[in-house]
Amino acid sequence: MSSTGGKDVDEAESAQFAGLLEDSLEDLYDNAPCGYLSTLMDGRIAKVNATLLEWLGYSAEQLVGRRRFADLLTVGGKLYHETHFAPLLSMQHHVSGIALELKGADGRRLPVLVTSTVKTGTQGQPVLIRTTLFDARDRRTYENELLRARQEAEAAGIEAEQARRTAEAERARLQQVVSILRTSLLPPDLPRVPGLQAAAYYHPASVDEIGGDFYDLFPLGGGRWGFFLGDVCGKGPKAAAVTSLVRYTLRAAFLVDPDPERALATLDAAVRERYTGPDATYCTAIAGTVTRDGEAHTVTLASGGHPPALLLRADRTAHFLTTSGGQLVGALADPRFVRATTVLGPGETLLLYTDGLTEARTKAGPRYSEENLRTFAASLAPVGAHALIDALTDLLERFGDGLEDDTALLALGMSSHPDMG
Amino acid sequence: MDVIDRNNVTVTGRSDGPTLLLAHGFGCDQNLWRLVLPTLAERFRVVLFDYVGSGRADPAAWDPERYSSLDGYAEDVLEVCAELDLTDAVFVGHSVSAMVGVLAAAREPERFGKLVMLAPSPRYIDDPADGYVGGFTAEDIDELLASLDSNYLGWSAAMAPVIMGNPERPELGQELTNSFCATDPAMAAVFARTTFLSDTRAELASVTVPTLVLDCTTDVIAPPEVGAFVHAAVPGSRLVTLPATGHCPQLSAPEATAEQIVAFAGAPR
Repeated sequence: MSSTGGKDVDEAESAQFAGLLEDSLEDLYDNAPCGYLSTLMDGRIAKVNATLLEWLGYSAEQLVGRRRFADLLTVGGKLYHETHFAPLLSMQHHVSGIALELKGADGRRLPVLVTSTVKTGTQGQPVLIRTTLFDARDRRTYENELLRARQEAEAAGIEAEQARRTAEAERARLQQVVSILRTSLLPPDLPRVPGLQAAAYYHPASVDEIGGDFYDLFPLGGGRWGFFLGDVCGKGPKAAAVTSLVRYTLRAAFLVDPDPERALATLDAAVRERYTGPDATYCTAIAGTVTRDGEAHTVTLASGGHPPALLLRADRTAHFLTTSGGQLVGALADPRFVRATTVLGPGETLLLYTDGLTEARTKAGPRYSEENLRTFAASLAPVGAHALIDALTDLLERFGDGLEDDTALLALGMSSHPDMG
Repeated sequence: MDVIDRNNVTVTGRSDGPTLLLAHGFGCDQNLWRLVLPTLAERFRVVLFDYVGSGRADPAAWDPERYSSLDGYAEDVLEVCAELDLTDAVFVGHSVSAMVGVLAAAREPERFGKLVMLAPSPRYIDDPADGYVGGFTAEDIDELLASLDSNYLGWSAAMAPVIMGNPERPELGQELTNSFCATDPAMAAVFARTTFLSDTRAELASVTVPTLVLDCTTDVIAPPEVGAFVHAAVPGSRLVTLPATGHCPQLSAPEATAEQIVAFAGAPR
C-alpha cells in the first residue's frame, strides 16, 4: 500500500512541476534578468534579448545587422571600448566586470557591468562575441559615493598637510622670537673682572616659551662690581617684561647706592608700583657686590626669598651662605631682605642658581635638592668658576626631560693664583 | 636607470634584418603587437617597449610632468633608440604613438628611415575654427576620464610588484584576470588627457622620411577624415585603408596589417 501511495504522490508532483519547469530556452534567453547580446567579430549585433531591448527602448530590427555594440555606448565608453575593452577581449577572449554606460533610444544613460566571451569555431578561430550586461545603477551610485569620499579624504589630507606646514612655520617664527628676546634679557658676555673668574649658563626648559630667570654682572667703579641672579614668577611675555624691568631697575639702583638690601627694596617698590591689583607679580633674587680686598674678594649680598648661594671652599668643602628669612620681592607691603657677607680666598668660588636646578626631577624619581647640589659641589672643590659651570651644565644635560623649569647659573671665583684671574 | 628595464624593452626576430620599432598607443602596452609579431619577426629585427606609465614599464620612473606632454613620450622613444644605437629604423606607431614618432623623428632624424602611422590622429577634438574633424568634443574626453576612474582593469596594489618585475612572487600575475594592459589608473588618466587633448597637426609637414598611413574602414577613434588629413599633410605619404573595423587593426586584421608593414618596410627606399 505504502509503495503504491508513494508512486501516486511522485506522479502528482511531477505533473505539478512540469508546469513550472524552465523548459523554454527562448523564454530563458529573452526574459533573463540581464541583457544578452551576440555580436560578430566586427562588432555588428547578431542577436539581442528582450530585456536589453526594453532597457534601451529599441526594437530588434533597429539593432540586428545595423548597429555595433560600441554604437550603444556613450562617447567616453566608446573610447574606453576601443582602447581597453576590445584589445583585451581580442587577447584574452574574455573580459569581465567592466563598467560602461549604455545610451538608450531616448538618450537616457544606463550604467551596466559588461562581461564578454569570444566563441570560437571548430578550428579555434573566433566566430562571435557573447556579452552579458547587468544593471549597475545602484552599484554605480554606491561607487560614486566611494569615489566622492575618497576625493574628500584626499582633499582633507592636503588641507591638513597645509595646516601642519603653516603651524610649523609659525612655531619656527615663534621660537626665533623667543630666542632673540631671551638673548636680549641676558648679558651677551660677562665682563672681565680683574682677579676674579666669572662664568654663567642659562638653560631654557622650552624653545617655545620664555622663562623668567635672570642674572647680570656689571662694574660699579672703584674696583667694585655688582651682580644679581633671580627668578620672576611665571613664564611667557609677561615674565619677559618683568625680567626686563628687574634687570634695569637693579642696575640703576646699584649705581646710585651699592648697598644690596636697599637695591632690593628699590626693586620691590618698582615692581609693586608697575604691577598692581590683578596684574601683581613678584620675583626672588640675590643681589650683591664683590670688591677686591688685597689677596681676597669681599662679597656682600642680600636675598629676597631666593635659594641660598653656595660657597665652594679651598679646603674641599661646600656650604650654603645662609640668607633664610628673606621675603619675596614685589609681593608684600614691607618685605624683609636678609644680608650676608663672605670673603673669597684663592681657589674659592661662589655659586648662584635658580630652583630649576634643585627642583629638577632625577631619573630615580625625587627632586634633585639643595643637599645633593652641595654634595656634588663639594666633590668638585676647589674648582674655578668655568670648570664649575661646565660640570653643572653636564649635570643639567643628564636631567633631560626632568628639567622642568628654566635654570640660570652664575659663578664668581678666585683662581688659586689671583694674578692669573 | 637602465632604459631597457625602465621601458621593458624586448628585442626579437632576425638579428640581421632591418629594425622595426613598434610603439603602442594609449590603453595597452606592447602586448598589442602580439598577433602581427610572428610575421614581422621572420623578416625584421623587432624592438618592442612600453612607455613609462604603461604595461610593465618601471612605475618608479613615472613623472607626471614629463608625461603630460607628448614630448615626454618622444623622449622615451629616443632614449630607447640611443640605448640600442638605432639608425634608419622603421618606426611603427599606433594611434597617438604615430604622432610621438613624428615628434621623435623631427628631433633626431638619423634614427628613423621610415614611418608607419597606424590609425593615427594628430587631434582628436573637432576644431570648428578650420572645420577639422577629429571625431570628439572636449566633454567626450572628460567622459573617457570618468570611465577610466571606474575601471581598474587588473590594477591593484598587489599588481605593482609584478609590474616592477618581482620574480619571487610570480603567482601575483596569475591571480588577476585582465592582466594585460594593467596600468595604474592615475598614470592612465595623465596619458589619456595628454593623448586626447593633443594637437600636433602642425608637426606633420616636418616629416621627411617615406611614410605609410594605415587607417581602417570603421574606426570611432580615428575616423576616415582623420586618415585622409594625415595623408594630405605628410609630404609624399601613401594611404592604405585596411579592411578592418575598430581602432586596433593589428588585432582585428593582423594578417592584412602585417602584410602592409612588411611590404613597406622591406621595400628599398
